[in-house]
Amino acid sequence: MGLMTLLLAFTFVLTACGGGATPTTGGTTSSAAPSAAPSTAASTAPSAAPSTVASAAPSTAASAAPSTAAGGSATRTTAPATTTSAAGGTSSTATRAVATATRTGSATAVGTAGSANATPNTSINITGPFSGEANTLNGAGATFPQVLYSKWFDEYSKVTNVKVNYQGTGSGAGKNAIRDQTVDFAGSDSPMSDAELAAAQAKCGDTIQHIPTTLGAIVVSYNLPNVSQKLKMDGDVIAGIFLEQIKKWNDPKIAALNPGVNLPNEDIITVHRSDSSGTTDNFTSYLTAVSQAWANGPKSGSTVQWPGGIGASGNPGVANEIKNNPYAIGYVELAFAKQNNLSYADVKNSAGQFVTANAASVTAAGQSAAERAPADLRFKLVNAPGAQSYPITAITWILVCPKQTDQAKAVALTRMLWWATHSGQQFAEGLDYSPLPPAIVVRAEAFINNITVNGQKAFPGR
Amino acid sequence: MAVQTARRAEKLPGGRVNLAGRGSALGDRAFQGIAFAFAASILVLIVTIFVVLFVDARVALAQEGLRFITGQVWNPNESIFGALPYIYGTIFTSLIGLLIATPIAVGASLYIVEYAPNWLRAPISFIVELLAVIPSVIYGFWGLAVLAPFLRDRVERPLKAALGDVPVLNALVEGPARGRDMFVAGVILSIMILPTIMSVAREVISTVPGTQREGMLALGATKWEMIKGAVLPYARGGIVGAAILGLGRAIGETMAVTMLIGNSSTKISWSLLTPGYTMASAIANQFADANSAVHFSAIIGVAVVLLFVTGAVNLVARLIVSRFGGDTRATGI
Repeated sequence: MGLMTLLLAFTFVLTACGGGATPTTGGTTSSAAPSAAPSTAASTAPSAAPSTVASAAPSTAASAAPSTAAGGSATRTTAPATTTSAAGGTSSTATRAVATATRTGSATAVGTAGSANATPNTSINITGPFSGEANTLNGAGATFPQVLYSKWFDEYSKVTNVKVNYQGTGSGAGKNAIRDQTVDFAGSDSPMSDAELAAAQAKCGDTIQHIPTTLGAIVVSYNLPNVSQKLKMDGDVIAGIFLEQIKKWNDPKIAALNPGVNLPNEDIITVHRSDSSGTTDNFTSYLTAVSQAWANGPKSGSTVQWPGGIGASGNPGVANEIKNNPYAIGYVELAFAKQNNLSYADVKNSAGQFVTANAASVTAAGQSAAERAPADLRFKLVNAPGAQSYPITAITWILVCPKQTDQAKAVALTRMLWWATHSGQQFAEGLDYSPLPPAIVVRAEAFINNITVNGQKAFPGR
Repeated sequence: MAVQTARRAEKLPGGRVNLAGRGSALGDRAFQGIAFAFAASILVLIVTIFVVLFVDARVALAQEGLRFITGQVWNPNESIFGALPYIYGTIFTSLIGLLIATPIAVGASLYIVEYAPNWLRAPISFIVELLAVIPSVIYGFWGLAVLAPFLRDRVERPLKAALGDVPVLNALVEGPARGRDMFVAGVILSIMILPTIMSVAREVISTVPGTQREGMLALGATKWEMIKGAVLPYARGGIVGAAILGLGRAIGETMAVTMLIGNSSTKISWSLLTPGYTMASAIANQFADANSAVHFSAIIGVAVVLLFVTGAVNLVARLIVSRFGGDTRATGI
């Protein structure tokens, strides 16, 4: 009987397969309609848009600082412009145009104008519960800020009795969750591409806002038994290791940067993220900015074509693999390296200095944030200028839909965001993150104030 | 109603029911209908699974065509989806598992059937079958904590040292010994499919007619000669079927493999030390992350391929086992 069923199923599938393969009959088109309509829109968009836009955004962020190519601005303006018209978004066209202008104009008008001297609003403080607010909020996404978020939401529940659940699923899954509106907010340290924003319009009804929450360092962390000195690395060496061109720990290129260190003659085991990750996006954006070989090879993105190595899920997963495998090397947020007692290398920055990742060197890198940030705050901080700047610095966001529909949730959400971007900042340094630069907080305030619920401003102002 | 009351009256002395006259009873018909509905629902379920998967996979399959199973590049960023590395990972790990598990399963089955004293048979069988009820995630966890470090330090490194300079064979150990690769995944699979292969192998070996054994022994054969000359040839078909059943399980196994295979690298190589993906682990890893409709569709496409491969393998295994089982019964024990 079981055999018969299987046989029957197979014959059916074979025939169904034959029918399906001869496409564009009436039945197929109609059944394709629901799935094909969004998918074609999405599929043309991603293939055209994210490759141009997503790569345009990081590359401007990465390359704008050292040299502002005037010639490049023309091409960059055209690329996103075509995307907007292709995506057919109307309300967001303006925002994007502004973003484009900021990026291409690189720190001319919008970037510096209002922000340089602005100071955050200290008169509004979230100090207790608010009647009528929801008592739970659900979020998911980036693991990069998870250490800080755990602390925040613990503290926040003491202040307001609002319980915030946050699942570290990775930035990619977070962006999908906010697109599908299965969470109240998402965490991501990879900005949404124009195509992703367009796709998220369907459920949200407006452009998803990127509200920055903290800055952190991505460290190149390793497990070298019997080596006690801190290693030094530069972009070329890191790229060479992750390209698997530098295969042994005692490779001359590593040795040249680390005189006097007794490097073992062992194979290097690289560890990277297996999930779609903002940490990966920032790390590979850095490598793209500093290494020609990397720029010609895997390039940048939330997922890239790694030439080899172990894939692990989330920052905790990568930290675990490094910890459990002698001679392994990987990239994690600083807090995860510290929690697991992992060593991490000093990295050479754009000023030629070897810098240790810590709150101070990340804050130094954040100094350039105000000049770099476009109007919608989708930007990257890697390879920042300044002698004290740690080069692999990342900004992380909470992604929210600015058109809320649930009054109680909207109030709770906006109050939580205000608390996080203000009172919450004090917890950053103790956990090896860095507080947001004041100019960025000011812009975050505007975003929070712009969140509406059923047409009314959602944030109650206390 | 009247009919039923009448029927009810037909009870025989001692409470037994007269079955002879109940063939067309309403209740009986209803029951037949319900039973048919249950049987049909299984068929409908399978068909629905296939149809839904096909519909969802069509976007990617239409985009890639045959390249979906022959293409070596899987790059969601550029919307290129060639699943060959995943197919290769599935086949490579499953074959490693099969190569290790089959001899052990056959040897253990022979011991249980031919050598073990009666009091030992049941406990050994029970313990082996216990392997089948251990949840996959526990195998994965044990693999991470115990098996992978052991294999990395005690097997992979010595193997690399021994074969590293041997021409041709050094291709088997290319790359660093990571403990997250095809080999480790294959070994954990071999443990997981052992009970599947063994329960069937033991069954077919024990169905070898006693007369065959006695004939060999009467000719003066030793026990080993008897096994070699009478038992194994007779059971060969069944053992092959058992192995293929195990293969079917290995191909679809997800959790433990995902934890140990390294989830990386789209390189196709002969090296046992290649970290990679199987089809199942690729689905598990990328399902939540797919941010374009084509990527999502491509993952469903991998599921379709996986379903076909496991379905086909199981079908073949069942055909072999059932044919073999039929033969033994025909010869009569």
